[in-house]
Order: sequence, then structure tokens, then C-alpha cells
Amino acid sequence: MSFDLDLTRRLGEAEIACRIDAGDGLTVLFGPSGAGKTSILNMVAGLVEPDAGHVRVGGETLFEAAAGIDVPASERRAGYVFQEPRLFPHLRVRANLLYGWREGALDVDETIVLLGIAHLLDRWPRTLSGGEARRVAIGRALLSNPRFLLLDEPLSSLDRARREEIMVLIERLRDTMKLPILMVTHDREEATRLGTRIVEI
Amino acid sequence: MTPELWGIVWLSLQVGGVAVLACLPVAFGLAWLLARGRFPGKLLLDGLVHLPLVVPPVVTGWLLLLAFAPTGPIGGWLESWFGVSVLFRWTGAAIASAVMALPLMVRAMRLSIEAVDRRLEQAAATLGAGRWRVFASVTLPLSLPGVLAGTVLGFARALGEFGATITFVSNVPGETQTLPLAIYAALQTPGGEGLVLRLAGLSVLLSLAALLVSELIARRAGRGLHVL
Repeated sequence: MSFDLDLTRRLGEAEIACRIDAGDGLTVLFGPSGAGKTSILNMVAGLVEPDAGHVRVGGETLFEAAAGIDVPASERRAGYVFQEPRLFPHLRVRANLLYGWREGALDVDETIVLLGIAHLLDRWPRTLSGGEARRVAIGRALLSNPRFLLLDEPLSSLDRARREEIMVLIERLRDTMKLPILMVTHDREEATRLGTRIVEI
Repeated sequence: MTPELWGIVWLSLQVGGVAVLACLPVAFGLAWLLARGRFPGKLLLDGLVHLPLVVPPVVTGWLLLLAFAPTGPIGGWLESWFGVSVLFRWTGAAIASAVMALPLMVRAMRLSIEAVDRRLEQAAATLGAGRWRVFASVTLPLSLPGVLAGTVLGFARALGEFGATITFVSNVPGETQTLPLAIYAALQTPGGEGLVLRLAGLSVLLSLAALLVSELIARRAGRGLHVL
């Protein structure tokens, strides 16, 4: 069992409620924009506190309202690839990649080659294209040796060839590294190809 | 440039420099509180910080005099614990300059802290950075341009400080007589026009240089360039 979520949170007028009890592999959150998919990722990452419910990943409780458990975001070991790259603008690509590096992560050089970003290491983030920045953001998340991955539309703003490469990478992370993955998308094709299961929001 | 003139310039730079450096951590702390804090009385604190900007400097100087006089709350404490007094001393001039520079510094720093993208801090947190690392590695470097610009602006303000200084620590040559005070004294002296001209010229040059540096830093920051 990877993601065991039971979350509610009021956001102004709307209320986000979500109950997912997913097995291993990649769980897709599928639905239209504005349905609160990103909010769910934020609650799993510990960036937004749910009003009630619990967050358990791989059997470990990260949040439980009733028991007063709320593990800080910095200790949850989430590999969070945000919708926008969120690279640190004052650090070069190399420093961005290594910002959260932890022992036991994928091999740095291998990851760099895999993502095709070897030629970007000495560049500043503001000089990168959208697709390049996205790949650096994915690399940064992977090198922090995460216990699980949160991917918010990881394939948007990538060209066809790069999309295919990243999809293969995600499949590899899903199948060989056995990382539990929670991925948000509104692309049906992506969802059916990558998802072990699809949760409609 | 006569030695006397150099002495005045040097004293001004010393008073302004010490004032701004001592003020820096306080200003940054206040800017941080005002930008990020949520607490009752925030509006009041904001008002108090900005008070020296709008109150007549003479009043600020008089309030400082009350506080730092040997019988005052801070002055009495300094006297009994350290046996020192800042009255008629350059340290007092630095205190007056610091108080007058504080609002300008806090304003610039607060704006730059507010401009830091909180989403970057969130990203740092998910990568395992605790609060202090997030602050030191993301928030501080990204707000640094504003901090530096505010510091230079504060320094320029400190160089021009007159009203609070002359009220608080008087006009003692070689001790509290900074550029503006020296100009005032020269104006009161018959035949002092030549000295006034030279002092005023120096004063304009110094202020202009400080403003230019502040503007350069702000521009570089505005283009997303790195200040350091």
C-alpha cells in the first residue's frame, strides 16, 4: 500500500475532499483544472495543512489530525516536481540539482545524462527554456533521494521527443525503483499509459 | 582639503558607517517581522518604526536626550553598568543617525523580503531544508539586493542627519560635528562662506555617490542579476 489519503480542506467557498487508498505503483489524479488536484499534492507534501483526515505513505503516517501528527515538509522526503519549475534563480543549474542531495540517491552523473541536461550545468535558471527547466526540476527532486514522488503535470511544456524520454524515465522509476508516485495530469493518454490506477477528481 | 576638512568628512563617514552597521540587524529583524509576521500590534509597530520619518527631527533628538540622559532609562543603565555616557560623544551622534535612518532601511528591506517568492521557499522545504537553511540559502540571498540598497540609502540619510543630532549631542567640533553641523557652524561665523561652499560641495558629492550606488544595486536586482 503506498498512498493512503483521507483529506478535507476548505478553500474559501469550495471544499476539497479526497479519499484514496492506493496500492503500489503510480496513481494518477485525473480531472479538470481547478478541481483541487494540486492542493492534494501540497497536502501530501506538507505544504498545506488539511483540516481533517490523514496522510500515510508507504505505511508511515505523515499527518493525522486526530493524533496531532504533522511531519514538517522538510522531513517528509517527498520528491515534488511542481507545475512550474521553481528553480532557485540565484543558483546555477548544478547547485540547483544538488540542493537537496542525500546519500542513497540515484547516481548524479547518470541522472544528468538521463535527463539530457549535462550541457546546462553552468547556466543560470533564467536562461533555460521551459522544457530544460522542467528537466532540471525533475533531476533536483530525484537527487534528494525521495521516498515517494509527487508529479504535478510533469510532461506539460515538453516537446514530443522529450515527453517520450521523460515518460520512459517515469516508467522506470515506477517499475524498477518501486517509488510510490502520485501524479496529476489532465491528459487522458498520459494517464492511461503511466497510471497503475486512475483516480478521477 | 585641509586637515580640518578631512577630520569633518572622516567623522561623518565614521558616524554614518557605525550608525548603519549597528542599525542593520535591527532593521532587518523589523523588516522581517513586518513582512512575514502576523501578530497583534503589527500596525502599531509599523507606525513606531516610521515615526522618525514624519516627526520633526528636533522632537526625535529631544526624546533621545530624555532616554539617554544620566537620569533617563537607557542613560542611567549605561552609566551604572558601563560608566559611559553617549551625550556630547560621537557615539550619540551615531545613535541619532541610526534612529533617523531606520525607517528608510526597514522600508527597503521589507519590500525586498515581501518580493521573495514563497513558492521557492516551499520547494526548498520539500528538498529537505529546515527553516534556517531555507532562510540562509533562499530568502536571504534573494532579498539581499533590497537589503544592500536599503543600507546605502540609510547611510546617505545618516550623513545628512542634522536636527536630531544637534538636539541630542550638540555641536562639538571633532566629536559630534559632522558635515551638516559643520556647515551650520560655518554659516554662523562671519567670513565662513568659503568653508560653507567646500563643505556643501563635499556633502552633495557624498550623498550623490551613495544614491548612485543604491540605484545601481536596485537596477541590477531588477534585472535579475546577482549583486554579489
